[in-house]
Amino acid sequence: MVAIHPEGHLVGDRRGLARRTSWVLAALLLVAAYASLAVGASGVSLPAALADLLAGREIDARARIILLDIRLPRLLTGMMVGASLAVAGAVLQGLFRNPLADPGLVGVSAGAGLGAISAIVLGGLLPGGLAGLLGSALMPVLAFAGSWLSVSLLYVIATRGGHTSVATMLLGGIALAAMTAAFSGLLIYMADDQQLRDLTFWSLGSLAGASWSKTLAAAPLMLAALLTAPALSRGLNALALGEAAAHHLGIPVQRLKTGAIVVVAAAVGAATAISGGIGFVGIVVPHLLRLATGPDHRALLVNSGVLGASLLLLADVVSRSIVAPSELPIGIVTAVIGGPFFLWILLRRRGSLEI
Amino acid sequence: MRLATCRRLTLTALLVLPLLPAPSRAEEPQRIVSIGGSVTEIVYALGEEDRLVARDTTSTYPPEVAALPDIGYIRQLSPEGVLSVNPTLVLTEEGAGPPEAVELLKEASIEFVEIPEGYDRAAVLTKIRRVSEVLGVPEKGEQLASDVAAALDDAGRIVGEESSGTPPRRVLFVLSMQGGRVMAGGANTAADGIIRLAGGVNAVAGFDGYKPLSDEAIIEAAPDVILMMARGGDLAVSDEALFSHPAIASTPAGETRAVLRIDGMKLLGFGPRTAEAATELAHALAGG
Repeated sequence: MVAIHPEGHLVGDRRGLARRTSWVLAALLLVAAYASLAVGASGVSLPAALADLLAGREIDARARIILLDIRLPRLLTGMMVGASLAVAGAVLQGLFRNPLADPGLVGVSAGAGLGAISAIVLGGLLPGGLAGLLGSALMPVLAFAGSWLSVSLLYVIATRGGHTSVATMLLGGIALAAMTAAFSGLLIYMADDQQLRDLTFWSLGSLAGASWSKTLAAAPLMLAALLTAPALSRGLNALALGEAAAHHLGIPVQRLKTGAIVVVAAAVGAATAISGGIGFVGIVVPHLLRLATGPDHRALLVNSGVLGASLLLLADVVSRSIVAPSELPIGIVTAVIGGPFFLWILLRRRGSLEI
Repeated sequence: MRLATCRRLTLTALLVLPLLPAPSRAEEPQRIVSIGGSVTEIVYALGEEDRLVARDTTSTYPPEVAALPDIGYIRQLSPEGVLSVNPTLVLTEEGAGPPEAVELLKEASIEFVEIPEGYDRAAVLTKIRRVSEVLGVPEKGEQLASDVAAALDDAGRIVGEESSGTPPRRVLFVLSMQGGRVMAGGANTAADGIIRLAGGVNAVAGFDGYKPLSDEAIIEAAPDVILMMARGGDLAVSDEALFSHPAIASTPAGETRAVLRIDGMKLLGFGPRTAEAATELAHALAGG
């Protein structure tokens, strides 16, 4: 990746480097966004359509549907989902001071999974009127409700006398995930073959269902979370020294924790609800940037968002063109490309890991 | 001057056109995406396969269908993928999705027809008639439907004739046997439907769908015949593996080593080959 500079491991002020990296990442995002609009199974050409538009000619209906109703909502969804997952990962790793932290740890993913499975398996049992009202929104809504419910429950468990214990939250998260998995297992037992296939596909993630209605419904939450996240960066920097030290530095530690958890739940809940289980982005993107530009959250959170968005868009371009006219679930692409790449970075820079 | 001539010519053409015989099939969809194994089989059985431009993952019969581009799994359609083959009609089994994709295809003014699913005689015939209507070849459909109906009647008679008076034979459909765990087909499944068509009784009709069966439930079910899909590779279950299963070995089917394997799509697809599958099963029931 362009973001890795050989001098990255030098000790010292790396704010200049982080700023330069931001520019490179912004350029990468533009390239990815263009590719996302220009590449697809059909031969519709973006430059040709743009030329028609500028010349005042009518774009034909098929091209318009493909560009405006299929690729454009997909581009926006991909950007927001990628940014949300990466930023949530960075925030959680900072909050837990644990390099392995990802949304799975605070029960978000498990809760969202349970919600989605419930929608797939039990959706048919809803009374006709209610099912008609929710329609295809049932799954995203339940996935989101599931993730919020499990995060709130965990937060309540870990908070005593106005103090949230991060350790209790980690361990409680594991217990909660086990219980959620049991419920999911029960529903899987009840599911028929078709529902099982739906579940499998859901867990591999996809942006294929991106439509304007879904994108617009999930956008406010993800955008709010993404715009709030940078406000956490000073606090997370101080927290790296430990809770007591952060407190003495004048950081309102409890408010920081609550804020971080709300941001993560909103971002990941909404992202998972509209795109299914997309792994790897939340853990790899922040680590790549820490290796490149250091652990300062002021640069890290913003850069993570931009890199996460770019990577997910590029992965989506691969997922929709590699087996065209069919589509490969995007979770497979992110794991196949990202896993080995991350491992390579790790092996190359074993000595300079900073978390 | 020239413009006027042109207009006159056009007018003449418009007046004459209705008098000429209409070009056959001008109105019928010529570029079809067929989604769902049974629907694709019906299109082939009607001899209309020239109009297919793409298929889905479950369309695997007849073998030449593999030459068509695969647009993915029926419930995970990619709207752009479908649009990329320029179809005029999408013909699909029940349950195509996701809903957003279907919505977009309809918006792109592509005709979208869902063929209702079902696991009995009437359902097969309805599917054939419906597909033939949509393709604009109802006579061919009627012919195929009556052929299939006659073959199904024949299959139903086999058991009746050869074993009148004896209680109906019990059939256990085994979907898989991973790690010795038997997955069986209960009520409201295609397996249940084909067993009925062949004149048998599903040995485990107490639950819906495909579920793992405990050893005791297998013994309790007391099947006379085991029915399976013919499969290769890891999923293949040899006679030895099947009948060395302690519970299955102690059933009537285990004692007589009565097992029948039929190609999965033919057995469970509920398309034109259903009569063939029912006949094979009926012979096994009558002969065993």
